Amino acid sequence: MVAIPLPALGSQALPPVPGAAAAAGLAEVVEAARAAAGRLPVPTPHDEAWRFTDLSPLARQPWQVDSGAAPTLDAARLAPLELDEAADARLVFVDGRFAPVLSSTAALPSGVRVGALAAMLADGGPAVREHLGRHAAFDVDFFSAVNTARLGEGAAVVCARGVQVPGAVHLLFLSTGRSAPLAIQPRVLVVAGEGSELTVVEEYASLGDSMVFTNAVTECVVEPGATLRHVRLQRENAVSFHVGRCAVSVARDARYRSVAVDIGARLSRLDHAVTLAGEGAEVTRDGLALLDARQHADSHTLLDHAKPHGTSRQLHKCVCDGGSHAVFNGRILVRPDAQRTDSSQQSRALLLSARAQVNAKPQLEIHADDVKAAHGATVGQLDADERFYLASRGLPADQARRLLTYAFAAEVIERIPVRSLVGRLAAQVMARSGL
Amino acid sequence: MKDPAATTLLEVRGLHATVNGVPILKGLDLTVRAGEVHAIMGPNGSGKSTFSKVLAGHPAYEVTGGEVLFEGRNLFELEADARARAGVFLAFQYPVEIPGVTNSAFLRLAYNAKAAAEGREELDPLEFDDLVREKAKLVEMDPSFLDRSVNDGFSGGEKKRNEILQMAILEPKLAILDETDSGLDIDALRIVAGGVNALSSPARAIVMITHYQRLLNYIVPDHVHVMADGRILKSGDRSLALELEARGYDWVTGAREAA
Ligand SMILES: Nc1ncnc2c1ncn2[C@@H]1O[C@H](COP(=O)(O)OP(=O)(O)O)[C@@H](O)[C@H]1O
Ligand SMILES: [Mg+2]
Repeated sequence: MVAIPLPALGSQALPPVPGAAAAAGLAEVVEAARAAAGRLPVPTPHDEAWRFTDLSPLARQPWQVDSGAAPTLDAARLAPLELDEAADARLVFVDGRFAPVLSSTAALPSGVRVGALAAMLADGGPAVREHLGRHAAFDVDFFSAVNTARLGEGAAVVCARGVQVPGAVHLLFLSTGRSAPLAIQPRVLVVAGEGSELTVVEEYASLGDSMVFTNAVTECVVEPGATLRHVRLQRENAVSFHVGRCAVSVARDARYRSVAVDIGARLSRLDHAVTLAGEGAEVTRDGLALLDARQHADSHTLLDHAKPHGTSRQLHKCVCDGGSHAVFNGRILVRPDAQRTDSSQQSRALLLSARAQVNAKPQLEIHADDVKAAHGATVGQLDADERFYLASRGLPADQARRLLTYAFAAEVIERIPVRSLVGRLAAQVMARSGL
Repeated sequence: MKDPAATTLLEVRGLHATVNGVPILKGLDLTVRAGEVHAIMGPNGSGKSTFSKVLAGHPAYEVTGGEVLFEGRNLFELEADARARAGVFLAFQYPVEIPGVTNSAFLRLAYNAKAAAEGREELDPLEFDDLVREKAKLVEMDPSFLDRSVNDGFSGGEKKRNEILQMAILEPKLAILDETDSGLDIDALRIVAGGVNALSSPARAIVMITHYQRLLNYIVPDHVHVMADGRILKSGDRSLALELEARGYDWVTGAREAA
């Protein structure tokens, strides 16, 4: 199979994507994205937003765009990834393709529609066409442009006005490594209708250990008075690349609560932009990067206060062991209109090795005068008194170190509003640190 | 001395220690036998907490002279965690808060570390839950504290009770209680002392560090020592504590200066 160089991934004429976007009247968007993908260069560390993240290992690699295999899996491999809260409320994608036999939405109440993008474009109602491709700007961003140019595979979740969805919807993007190196372009759209309440878990994971490039774009629309809880979990294997864009619009009196966890990939980058687009919007955006060996994770967040009386709370934590490198850029923008904004951001990094590195930067831009904005950033090592306390109770030094590392990460993990995922992640972090 | 023939648990001879290069312990001697209860009293800054942390193996303190034998073995050969597993326990003057680690998980890991070292069976969370609930009754601790992070947001008295709970779980041979009584009201003091007394046995020894003779009404010592300037200046029986209360530390420290 032919391999495509990264710069040409979105612009080169490629076999059509399954799930014809054009059919649903999105041809213009796709065309514009394709033009942008051809025009925009792959970012380099000379670009301010990419200062600490060098994409050359990704850019050097030619990529296949289709695994050529049917999107199926042995169900036994899926079982450990299933969430109790999302039984029969799950869409699974294998190597970038929707896997209907592994998916089920039988548990969902009427009023919420969850399906593969193609099906949802065809009969998911006007919300899909209205919002898809409208929030994640692709005209200035190479990766969004590539993803949008290849629009077709992905998931849409549309929750009607006033509907409360119990449990969670699980969107699971798996790579098997059957054909490699494979580039996949997952796309997610979530629309929480007025006054509705919804929890979505978006998860990216590898089942094999060969190289994958995931270039994911997610758009979330939280309509007036709605509550969207959004968990984004990236745990791809240590040779893979992951680039994610997540654009969220939060309307009047709506709540968006999100936790993003990056524990996988050789190199990952997430740009998470949340616009408080209506008065009284409330946002929490918590993040955790848990890295080891030569991993590199870069998280850029933007909380854009566009309207008055908005509240945002942000806690970002990085744990770096080995020779890993975490980057956090937390931008808070308070526009002139956004009086009485109340925002706070905390960034905490834990360095477990002398070779590990973190670059964490708050970036506050406040253009209104009646604003509460607090921020703080710390970088530290494990606390000597805590270590001694555990040692004095007989815990071996290594175990104490792992327990304290977990405890540091747990503050974010425990904010995940899906209990079984909290337990699974806790166990995974403990296992990873050998507890 | 209850029983001069009892085994010597702890033998401290001419102990010198520094912190950041500053000498704090300056030739400390102490012998503790199984079954004994000792009280060490002394003014603030005399080195009592330093002594307790040196015994427990805190890395900030450097031993510069003397020796400490625990059950006849050089204590300083062991790292802090190995000392704990060997049966040395320090109830901290200022217990450390560890957000994110639940008390029950912490207690279980501690219990299992010691059990494994002794070749006993480790307990899974369910089995351990039974044990810890039973022990929590000893210090009248509400079981809800087991689900909270270690000492996180606990009041002073709750932290001290949690220390004694840890002691009850670990069943040490030598327990050093560093001002476990300070900051406790009378009820909490009674509970903590009750917990300690319930754990005392002919095989164990307790070294209480305290400012106040008050605690000694609840946990009756066999020996009382007065410490000042990094040394034990005077030792006696219980009556020494009463005399100290009546006459103040100057009575001892002044006597040394006069000598
Ligand atoms: N970590 C430390 N760094 C610097 N000085 C210390 C430290 N720990 C204790 N000291 C000093 O050692 C002396 C004895 O302290 P401490 O052992 O706490 O006494 P006590 O418990 O009898 O009140 C004091 O002068 C104290 O300031
Ligand atoms: Mg002290």
